[in-house]
Amino acid sequence: MDVDENKNPTRREFLSMVGAVGGAAVMYQAMGMMGLAQASPYSGPIKLDDAPAGTKVLVLGAGIAGMVAAMELRDAGYEVEVLEYRGVAGGRCWTLRAGDTYEELGGAVQKVDFAEGNYFNPGPWRVPYNHYGILDYCRRLDVELEALIQINNMAYVHSTKAFDGKPVRYREINSDFRGHISDLLSKVTNQGALDDVLSEEDKANLLAGLRTFGALNSDNQYVSGNAASGRRGYERPPGGGVDGAPIANEVLDVSTLLSSGLWSRLATSESLNSSMPIFQPKGGMDMIARAMAANLGDLVKYEKRVTQIRQDETGVTVVYEDMANDGAEVTTAADYAVCTIPFSILSQIDHDFSGPLSSVISTMSYNTSIKVGLEFNRRFWEEDEHIYGGTTYTDLPISQISYPSNDYLSKKPGVLLGAYSWGATAYQFSSMPPEERVSRALEYGSQIHPQMTEEFKAGVAVAWHRVPWTLGCYGAWQDKDAQYADGVAMDRRIVCAGEHLSYLPAWMEGAVLSSLDAIGRLHQAATGNAGN
Amino acid sequence: MRVMTILAASVWLLAGSAFAQDAAPTAEVDDSKAWFESSSVLTQKTGQGVYNAICASCHMPEGEGAVGAGAYPALANNEMLEFPDYAVYLIVHGSGAMPPLGGVLNDQQIADVVNYIRTHFGNDYPDEPATAEMVADTR
Ligand SMILES: Cc1cc2nc3c(=O)[nH]c(=O)nc-3n(C[C@H](O)[C@H](O)[C@H](O)COP(=O)(O)OP(=O)(O)OC[C@H]3O[C@@H](n4cnc5c(N)ncnc54)[C@H](O)[C@@H]3O)c2cc1C
Repeated sequence: MDVDENKNPTRREFLSMVGAVGGAAVMYQAMGMMGLAQASPYSGPIKLDDAPAGTKVLVLGAGIAGMVAAMELRDAGYEVEVLEYRGVAGGRCWTLRAGDTYEELGGAVQKVDFAEGNYFNPGPWRVPYNHYGILDYCRRLDVELEALIQINNMAYVHSTKAFDGKPVRYREINSDFRGHISDLLSKVTNQGALDDVLSEEDKANLLAGLRTFGALNSDNQYVSGNAASGRRGYERPPGGGVDGAPIANEVLDVSTLLSSGLWSRLATSESLNSSMPIFQPKGGMDMIARAMAANLGDLVKYEKRVTQIRQDETGVTVVYEDMANDGAEVTTAADYAVCTIPFSILSQIDHDFSGPLSSVISTMSYNTSIKVGLEFNRRFWEEDEHIYGGTTYTDLPISQISYPSNDYLSKKPGVLLGAYSWGATAYQFSSMPPEERVSRALEYGSQIHPQMTEEFKAGVAVAWHRVPWTLGCYGAWQDKDAQYADGVAMDRRIVCAGEHLSYLPAWMEGAVLSSLDAIGRLHQAATGNAGN
Repeated sequence: MRVMTILAASVWLLAGSAFAQDAAPTAEVDDSKAWFESSSVLTQKTGQGVYNAICASCHMPEGEGAVGAGAYPALANNEMLEFPDYAVYLIVHGSGAMPPLGGVLNDQQIADVVNYIRTHFGNDYPDEPATAEMVADTR
C-alpha cells in the first residue's frame, strides 16, 4: 500500500502539478532518477555457499518473509524447521474464498457466503512490476499473474462536497485539469511571463507540447469541442448512420474544476509502487503463499504458537504451544533462528533479545486498516457504467471502491473492494461488529452506485487490528532513522525479518528483501562460526 | 458494581431533566452521529463515545480484551487503572501493540475516555479524574 495515498488536497499540490507540467523535461529527468533509485534492489536469486554440515535453523512464522528464508536456507543445505501459529501459511498474504470462515479477535465469525469461485484479498492485492523479488518468486514457483487495472478513466472521482455529491468520471477531471493548466500556461507563455527562462524556440516547443498534452484547439485554448471531447467524452459519441455525427460535451469551467478538489486524486497512481503495470495472482493473492508452502512441504509445522525464545553461545531454544496437540508445551532447539513474528506479537513473547533490539520490538506499533469485500448479484459497474476494473476514489469513509480485474463480462456475481481505509476512519470501522462494517460500506457505496442496495449479495469485513496473528496492518517505527540499525542487526544467533524491517513497509517486497538480507547475514555468521 | 454505576448515572440524568431549562449542554451530548465526521481525527465528545469508536476496536465493547497469537489486555476489572496517569500515558504514546493515539484524540477526549474506563467495566476509580491539563503535560 502507499502510505501517503490518502492525502487531502492542498493548494501546494495543485501548484506543484502545474509546475511539473511547466518543467516537463526536468520532471522526466527527476522521475527517471527516482525510478533508478527506488526500483527494488533485488538482483536475482540469492546464492548461499554450502551450509556448515548439520546446522539447523528455526524459522518463526510462515508468512512471505519466513517462507523465503526457509526455502533459501533449505536449498543452501541447512536443516530447517518452520513454526507457524495458523493452520495455513502466508500470514498477511491471505485470501478469503467462498465457503471460508474467519474468526476475528473478540470472537465474531464471518462465513464467506460468496458464489463458487469468488474471492476477496483482505490484505495484499497488488504486485507492482518493480517489485522484482516477489515477482521472481512468482516466476520460479509458477504463480500465474494477471494484470490488475489500477487506473481506469471510466471509474469515478467523488467528493461529498463537490457537484452535489455526484461522482464524476476520472476521465473528465483528468482531461479538464490537463486542458486548463495547458491553456493557462500557454497564455502566460504568450504574454511573455516566461521570457527570462525560455528562448523563442523553447516557447514554440512548449506551446506545441501543451496543445497535445492538454487537447487544446489551434488557438491554444481548452474549450468545449471535439478536441476536448476526444479525451473527456461526448454528449453523443461518434456513431453510424443518420445520427452518426458526434456531439461534444461541455468542459468544466476552470473555477468549478479547481474548487471541486477532485484534481487531488489525479496523481494517486503515479507513484512507483502503484503505477501500471501492476499484477494480481490469478485466483487470489494467497496463490503465492500456497506455492511457497507447497514447495516447503512438511518443513512447515502448523498450529504452533511460539511462547518463548532463548539463546546462548551454543544455540537457540524455542518453546511453543502445540495447538494441534491439546496445547502441549514443546521445546525445540537449533543452531540459529530467523524470527518473522510481527513485533506487535513478539513484544508479548518471553524472549532474551539484547537491549537495543528489545527496545525496537517494544516500541513498534502497528497501523490500523480496514477492508470490506462486497459481492453483488450482478456486475452493474460493468453492465450499467462500463467500468472494467480500476478504482473510484471518494472522500466518504470507504475511501475507495476497486472493481474486480478478472472475470470481466461474466454473468455470475462479482466481488469488489467496497472500503479500504486507514487512520481515524479505520479505527471506527474496526470498533464495529463485522455486519455493521459491511452495512456501512454498502450505505456509503450506494451514494456512488445506487444499484448496490438492490444487488447486494454478501460481504466480509477485515479490520486488521482484530486479525489474531498480526494485531495490525503494518509496523510503524517510533523513530525509524534512529532505530533501524538496531532493529535489523543480527542478535547473536537470531535475526529478525519481515516487512517491518524494510524501507518498503506494507509491501510483500519489503518482506522478501528483508528476509534475503537477514539470511545472507545469518549464513555469514554460521559459516564464520564453523570456521569455513 | 456495573449495576451500581448505571443506577447512579440514571439518577443523575433524572435530576438533570428536572432542571432541563438550564441543564448543562454536556448532559445532552449525543455521539451517535459523530461517527466518521472527520477522516483525520475522532470527533466524539463523551468518554463513552470515544471508547465505542476507538478503544473497542481492540479492547472490545465490554473491555474484555482478546487473545490470539498475541493479546489485547482486558480493561475490565483492571487494577492498573487505579490512577489515571498510566492510561493517559499509554493512550498518548502507545506501547507495544498499542498504537499512540495522541494524533487522533485531543486532550479532553483522552481525559474523558480515561475517566469513562476507570468508572466502567467493573472499575470503580472515580477519584482523581484525569484532566485535559494532565494529558497536555503528558504529550
Ligand atoms: C490491508 C493490507 C494491504 C496490503 N497491500 C499490499 C499490496 O497490495 N501489495 C503488497 O505487496 N503488500 C501489501 N501488503 C503488505 C504485505 O501483506 C506484507 O508486507 C507481507 O505479507 C508481510 O509478510 P511478513 O512475512 O513480514 O509478515 P506476516 O505475513 O505477518 O507473517 C508473520 C507470520 O508469523 C505468524 N505468527 C505470528 N505470531 C506467531 C507466534 N506466536 N508463533 C508462530 N507464528 C506466529 C503469523 O501467523 C504469520 O504467518 C498489505 C498488507 C495489508 C495488511
